[in-house]
Amino acid sequence: MTVTAPENTPVAEVPRSSGTRLVDRVFKMRELAILVVFLAMIVVTRLGNSEFLTEQGIKDLLLNATILVLVAVGQSMVVITRNVDLSVGSTLGISAFAAGSHLQGGGNAVVAVLLAVLTGIGFGLLNGLLVSLGQVPALVVTLGTLYIIRGIDSIWVGSRQIVASGLPDGFIDFGSGGILAVPYLALIALVVLVATAYYLKHFGSGRELYALGSNPEAARLAGIPVRKRILVAYTFCGALAGLAGALYLARFGNVDSGTGTGYELTVVSAVVVGGVVFTGGSGSVYGAALGALLLTSINSVLPALGVSSVWVLAINGVLLILAIAVDRVVALRVATALKKRNARHG
Amino acid sequence: MTDRSDTGPAPVLALKGISKSFGAVRALRDVSLELFPGEVHALAGENGAGKSTLIKTLAGVHRPDSGEVLLDGVPTVFHGPADARDAGIAVIYQEPTLFPDLSIAENIFMGRRPRRALGRIDHKATHTATLALMRRLGVELDPDRPARGLSIADQQIVEIAKALSFDARVLIMDEPTAALTGSEVARLFGVVRALREQGSAVLFISHRLEEIFQICRRVTTLRDGARISSEPVDGMTEDDLVRRMVGRDLEELYPKQEVEPGEVALSVRRLTREGVFTDVSFDVRRGEIVGLAGLVGAGRTEVARAVFGVDRWDAGEVAVDGRPLTNGAPSTAMSAGLALVPEDRRAQGLVMDMSIERNIGLTGLRTTVKGGLVDRGAERSRSLDWAVKLQVKYARLADTVNTLSGGNQQKVVLAKWLATGPKVLIVDEPTRGIDVCTKAEVHRLLSRLAADGVAVLMISSDLPEILGMADRVLVMHEGRLTAEIPRSEATEETVMAAATGRAAA
Repeated sequence: MTVTAPENTPVAEVPRSSGTRLVDRVFKMRELAILVVFLAMIVVTRLGNSEFLTEQGIKDLLLNATILVLVAVGQSMVVITRNVDLSVGSTLGISAFAAGSHLQGGGNAVVAVLLAVLTGIGFGLLNGLLVSLGQVPALVVTLGTLYIIRGIDSIWVGSRQIVASGLPDGFIDFGSGGILAVPYLALIALVVLVATAYYLKHFGSGRELYALGSNPEAARLAGIPVRKRILVAYTFCGALAGLAGALYLARFGNVDSGTGTGYELTVVSAVVVGGVVFTGGSGSVYGAALGALLLTSINSVLPALGVSSVWVLAINGVLLILAIAVDRVVALRVATALKKRNARHG
Repeated sequence: MTDRSDTGPAPVLALKGISKSFGAVRALRDVSLELFPGEVHALAGENGAGKSTLIKTLAGVHRPDSGEVLLDGVPTVFHGPADARDAGIAVIYQEPTLFPDLSIAENIFMGRRPRRALGRIDHKATHTATLALMRRLGVELDPDRPARGLSIADQQIVEIAKALSFDARVLIMDEPTAALTGSEVARLFGVVRALREQGSAVLFISHRLEEIFQICRRVTTLRDGARISSEPVDGMTEDDLVRRMVGRDLEELYPKQEVEPGEVALSVRRLTREGVFTDVSFDVRRGEIVGLAGLVGAGRTEVARAVFGVDRWDAGEVAVDGRPLTNGAPSTAMSAGLALVPEDRRAQGLVMDMSIERNIGLTGLRTTVKGGLVDRGAERSRSLDWAVKLQVKYARLADTVNTLSGGNQQKVVLAKWLATGPKVLIVDEPTRGIDVCTKAEVHRLLSRLAADGVAVLMISSDLPEILGMADRVLVMHEGRLTAEIPRSEATEETVMAAATGRAAA
């Protein structure tokens, strides 16, 4: 548009003021902080136990983290829109069983994985529709679908069980194999992670997820298709829970009707520890993935240090509270920094 | 209603016989409106007259029950805000609608960002375009900083930049100047004139009547959802306009009663909050209305917040009736008899989803709670009492506050605080975004309170209000108190000189 500038507009290069740089730094620091904690923990454990970081040790750590990372990435998409998906554990369980029963019947491995993903997409769509159309708090809706999906799972699976011996060898080998210490499964998670992060940063619809989590009313007024975006976020989350189900099967080879029970709480913890703000609009999937890595590694670190694993849950809880406390302090600092800039600009 | 006599261009956007109801409330009744290119058109009316509904109809937020929207003479249905935007209609709402977590650049270009290959966002182009917009508006805002923490004036600037960023053929501004200072308004008008020269149609809503005469060619007045008139501004007086809006003559806008000030009720000594305000000292006596003037961002609101204890102060002291207050403790401030009616009523003054009676009752929980339970009867009668005293217009006391118009919301906030029987009342921008009629009521109320011996500290960016109501004017500039001017010497010139730091204290 070619409106001429109103008279007397002082044209000054906008300086990158110290306030902004501080803000930038703080936001980047959030992911950095988890990385530092994670590395410190690994180093300390390695010093205390020289057998901790063997090739197999690293591999186990990564394998254990992979599934949580995948589900946490999906969950982040939903949490960024100021919603939550509590049904991911149930979705993971039923998807894993769907893939497993297909394979046990002599099916193709690729088809089995697709089947798991499609199952996840189906339940994700269901969640998305209920949340976006029903205008009901996501916490309640997905608590409902958590039980519904688990119920369907129990009726369908009954007391049956899928065991590794019933699965094709290639599938199980893929689940535990890898390139040097890096498992194939971790590579899959990495690809999903990077692609999702790229999408969220560089695509309009990705930024709109942040926008509608940040201010839903403004999003509506800005013409953002709010329902569609929420639907997409839930579907994506469901798809990743389904994929995680297939990988779970490949990793453990063992699935029953209880698989994935309680998993949703671990996932939400990982996401929050990773700095994705529960009230929406802020955070990154890299943070969530780091959060997942941190929580998983505690499970491996404590036994390596000779600490009883009964401490794991309590420590996870402390981490969660700590993360929220840090977020709060940082938010206050940033707010003060930004306000001071206003005062100066007058 | 007067038609344009010259055979000018056809209206770019028109409403024909629009009606819209919400439940039993008929917000718009058979309203027609024509917006011509190259013309600034004013929309006037009291709060609740239907202006906001009309705007939201033009913006595609509301679908009219009957009547049609004509775009370039063609009947058009907007299925949502995106449709209206794609048709070149930009709306700046009264309450800024920004995304606090996103950067300024992203806020401006949300939904329409410059793209690179494969539909990816061109972050660099977005940044550059934002910088260009900021330059055109003559402001220094970093495109990459998040919108969180921006002052209301700056938020408004971002909204305007948003509207400028696409070829807005129709620009609708709902009280864009309410939170702006004189120089910011002048800057805004520069932009509006430039848009007008370029052939855009502008629909301008303001409760500052002088602005309507300053910048608009025609004015449409609404009353109770119906159009009263559409006519050229030339030859009209402010009184004519007010009569059309309220349907009768208005009593005096600044009904200040002369009161002999009593002893000091609020005493602030050398109050400092680092980086925000420094060494602020003043007294407010019983029966006195003290105006606190200054540019937006001068630190007035921050002083009020610190005095009330919402924010902590780093040095200095505050005393009510000679008894010092605890730093950072609003509850002790309240029990000492201090009340603060905040600037942003939606975010700080009210619980929007709660009923009128409960909102008013909130501050009185200490007196209405018996044995740990809220005495609903007492709460109700207290709320009713104040709602009647302040002439709040509502259907039922149990209705949520967000169903009320802006002026009536402000009355509820006032009621909530007056119900505490304060000795010292701090009001921050008490009449921002409020129609003249309610404004006069609020002024009469403040004046009566002062006459009853309440000490009133009134923060306002509305200079005529300060000059009309205050016994004494304190002026802040960049976090410091730069002048104290008695009523007899206070003029626009003396206050503005101190507010812009041109005069020695």
